[in-house]
Amino acid sequence: MITILRKQRYFIDYTLGTMMRHKGKSLGLLSVYTMIIFMLASVMLFSHAMRSEAVALLADSPEIIVQRIQAGRSVMVPAEYLQRIGKLRGVTEKRGRLWGYYYDPAVKANYTVMVSEQDNLSINDIVIGAGIARTRGLSVGDYLTLRSHEGKAFSFRVVRLLESESELISSDLLLISSVGYRRLFGIDESYYTDLVLSVRNPREIQKIAEKLTRLLPDSRPILRAEILRTYESLFSWRQGVMLILLLGSVLAFVIFAWDKASGLSAEERKEIGILKAVGWETGEVMRMKFWEGVIISLMAFLIGYLAAYLHVFYTSAGLFEPVLKGWSVLYPSFQLTPSVDGLQLATLFFFTVLPYTLATIVPVWRASITDPDLVMR
Amino acid sequence: MLIELTDVRKAFNQGKPNEFWAIQGITTQFEVNRISCLKGASGSGKTTLMSMIGCLSRPTSGRIRLQDRTISSLPERFLTQVRRHTFGFIFQRFNLIPGLSVVENIMLPAYPLGLKASSLRNRADRLLEQFLLADKSDNPVEWLSGGEAQRVAICRALINDPQILIADEPTANLDSRLSREFMALLDELSKSGKTVLISSHDPVVFDSPVVDRVVELEDGVMVAGET
Repeated sequence: MITILRKQRYFIDYTLGTMMRHKGKSLGLLSVYTMIIFMLASVMLFSHAMRSEAVALLADSPEIIVQRIQAGRSVMVPAEYLQRIGKLRGVTEKRGRLWGYYYDPAVKANYTVMVSEQDNLSINDIVIGAGIARTRGLSVGDYLTLRSHEGKAFSFRVVRLLESESELISSDLLLISSVGYRRLFGIDESYYTDLVLSVRNPREIQKIAEKLTRLLPDSRPILRAEILRTYESLFSWRQGVMLILLLGSVLAFVIFAWDKASGLSAEERKEIGILKAVGWETGEVMRMKFWEGVIISLMAFLIGYLAAYLHVFYTSAGLFEPVLKGWSVLYPSFQLTPSVDGLQLATLFFFTVLPYTLATIVPVWRASITDPDLVMR
Repeated sequence: MLIELTDVRKAFNQGKPNEFWAIQGITTQFEVNRISCLKGASGSGKTTLMSMIGCLSRPTSGRIRLQDRTISSLPERFLTQVRRHTFGFIFQRFNLIPGLSVVENIMLPAYPLGLKASSLRNRADRLLEQFLLADKSDNPVEWLSGGEAQRVAICRALINDPQILIADEPTANLDSRLSREFMALLDELSKSGKTVLISSHDPVVFDSPVVDRVVELEDGVMVAGET
């Protein structure tokens, strides 16, 4: 056993020596390979993190949201709809919500404004998300001035900063009191933005949605599962678009790697001949080349994946932002919660490290089964 | 008697229009602790015959026996084992691997044996000292002169302590002074119990007093040197 380990150590030593001898080739190959892994892993990590954010975001959201539709557009819901819904079997809680968007011309960003019932906010209090705090340079005690629907300035005092598990939800979020909200946007006491219903048994949700459509014909119930599905397909679609964009570079790399890994130079062929002539078996030559493939591809994989992790979770995927992110609520920069999908990691590993390693072995096998007496000539 | 050849023939491109018989029926024996030289012009079949004796290739027909074992019909894996433990090779162009140091080149044939690193290094250091290369140990082989490269090739051939040394045109890249020094080294090795087989068309080699037997080849046939 020790002998076998020692043999492998000698092969790895020799392989490292070989790579150092061909520094230019090894470094060139390693950097291109690393770049490809970096790009693929960035897209995968980003899409996965966005999906995880969406799931985290919706975990506590109500099972059913009821919107009112007028001429195909969603409009404010009269408060009396809550009475019209009445008592539905399976619904544990129903309430009206107040929320909306506020465009801040100072930073050219859209904020999400919501009414918080838990915070007991007074009319001038405001709780802000980390993104807004960063962009506007605000901290607790500072004032944030917003312009009301009549054009009047409203100053709110920051009482707390949001620290949420998911920055996707909290980054651009403003929480104010219900009175403050109605004053800011000029919305009557008898209206809500939408209604939310909590349902304990998931199997009853569909049935309750059907009843709601009958009770309130001008309403549209939106189920949490539907929102999740929409997020899922949106990010899968974006990931797909990005992967197609990357396909060209992946193909170029495959050709490059195949050429570098599989095309043995005359010098390498001679080296294999010498090794065989001095007593190395075909299998030993192949093991040595196998280690070369493993070292290059593992290094590229680790460096590329680590760089992608830093890129996605510490620089907010700066390179791919325009394609992968991009809807209005995300304009204030936010950082994703680090999250890695094991299956995705394994897929990337098996589709990059394995083919490359095999690509290095096949030509060596062809070269090393030839008679070693070629070096004598 | 150590190496016995019986009607050994070797064809290249057999069955094709450019079929060529490099060795055409050689029967002879090479004895232990002797320096034997295969002499002949370029293309006479010296290298082909040496590579078959050294288990680098197999004869098309005929039999090669080493001690009491027929090696000419062994599968590649066993052939490699025999080659690794029995033969040490010194090639015409030295065939050292550029970029590796002197000592790394020397240790190369021993890597597949998986020896302890310190004992392998000691063995290499002893050879370096014996062949006056101790101060060049860590130099890349590209820095060596022809004579030094030749001595490194000898050290590499000896690292696994083989019984038989095979040297193919070993003086082709050396001047006559270095060639004579090389022959003196072979003489020492022979006296220490090694069997040496050299192929050469250099008179410094085949006329050397240290050579015990000269076998002359012409167009794949033995024309002189029967025992």
